[in-house]
Amino acid sequence: MKTIYILWLRQLKRYFRSRSRIIGSLGQPLLFLLALGFGFGPTFQRAGQGSYMQFLAPGIIVMSIIFTALFSGIEIIWDRQFGFLKETLVAPVSRLNIMIGRTLGGASVATLQGIIVFFVSMLAGFRPANWGMTPLAVLAMILTALLFCALGTAIASSLSDMQGFQLIMNFLVMPLFFLSGALFPLPNSGAIAAIARFNPLSYGVDALRSLLVNIGHFGLAVDFPVLAAITLLFLLVGSFLFSRIQV
Amino acid sequence: MSIIEVRDLTRKFGEFTAVDHVSFSVEARQIFAFLGPNGAGKSTTIKMLTTLLRPDSGSVLLNGFDPVRNPKAVRNSFGIVFQDPSLDEELTACENMELHGVLYNVPRRLRRERTEQLLKFVELWDRRNSLVKQFSGGMKRRLEIARGLLHHPKVIFLDEPTLGLDPQTRNHVWTYLKDLNRSEGITIFFTTHYMDEADRVAQRIAIIDLGRIVASGTPAELREKTATASLEDAFLTLTGKTIREEEAGSLERMRMMRRTRGRH
Repeated sequence: MKTIYILWLRQLKRYFRSRSRIIGSLGQPLLFLLALGFGFGPTFQRAGQGSYMQFLAPGIIVMSIIFTALFSGIEIIWDRQFGFLKETLVAPVSRLNIMIGRTLGGASVATLQGIIVFFVSMLAGFRPANWGMTPLAVLAMILTALLFCALGTAIASSLSDMQGFQLIMNFLVMPLFFLSGALFPLPNSGAIAAIARFNPLSYGVDALRSLLVNIGHFGLAVDFPVLAAITLLFLLVGSFLFSRIQV
Repeated sequence: MSIIEVRDLTRKFGEFTAVDHVSFSVEARQIFAFLGPNGAGKSTTIKMLTTLLRPDSGSVLLNGFDPVRNPKAVRNSFGIVFQDPSLDEELTACENMELHGVLYNVPRRLRRERTEQLLKFVELWDRRNSLVKQFSGGMKRRLEIARGLLHHPKVIFLDEPTLGLDPQTRNHVWTYLKDLNRSEGITIFFTTHYMDEADRVAQRIAIIDLGRIVASGTPAELREKTATASLEDAFLTLTGKTIREEEAGSLERMRMMRRTRGRH
């Protein structure tokens, strides 16, 4: 328990100490919100879909969460190269606890980041439909953050250096994001709809959008169980791969 | 009673045999030096003893436990100062100590006490709240040693602990280690390239070269065996005078292999 706590604390300290990282990671969501939100706004309105800013903001919040969460998971490669990973691996604590501490830390950081982007998008004109739903929305954020943190851990445990990182960004993170319905309403049939159904991020986006602005595609009764199940699966896979790390 | 018992330990990286049927044992409470040129297999052996790497064959018993079958019990029995850095540079000196103490389950009171004592000992107490990334190489090394001594295990592994330290600090560190060895009966297993250091502090030495143990015994026995006047000469007689290629970490080696495999 103390192990989990101290490793969680470590992730938080590292996050709060790198102000440039916090500010830097707000740049991209802000750009998306302003450029896409105001750029596509009128077209979206004319198509009879309502306010694009309202539609887009939950997608951008989720975007900042998955970027931060995956990156926290992938930090294992960083720790491996800078040597700190060894310090934890030879300690008399189970690898499962190390993994849990790190994942909780990474997920907390990602959720915080999501909450910051939530307030940033309010500056851009976004208003949640029902404030009473925001605690549940935070829960959806936490689940999404955990899911992608565990995925990051799983990936990082099977890579030995940062060379594969670009590959992951371009062939995993970006497609996950663009094919999740974060930016546009998912069609009911066709290739995009089929792909989105197998994309865990779609359910995170959908849950958050349902809770914040009452626009849903799959419905909360689908979103939460699916998110929880996939999170559990990735946590298991992640901890298995993490337990097999050799230095 | 031997606290480390190694039998026919072997580890290959692809075609390259880093450790080749190595056998030796270390008595409890002994100061044991594990010497060899670069790339001889020292670090790979230590990694297998400390649960970081699985051997291909052979057996290891550390404090009576097998690192493969019972890693947790083994990890409970040793402490290690790595050859390369393993600090968290984004944390302060104190936070690094604290994290280590928690991971090794040192009670809070003792943790604080020893942190103060050790940081004063390596002369970093004034800098305890500075981030490690602001430290010089020598300061990081000292912090690393202090951290390794925070908990008192049965065996301490020191992989080139005094590399890059000035003679004053080196002396200082060894005085402390010998004290710890005497007062708490902690076994010390270390590697070094300074032969005079090994000669002075080690009670027993094993020399490894090209993955095999080429000689072992007390410093005096090794000198006698090779009919040389110093341990340095004995070492050179046993391992030859050719300069070895710089040791690449096992990771690097695996990476290299993957690249070659990718090409074919």
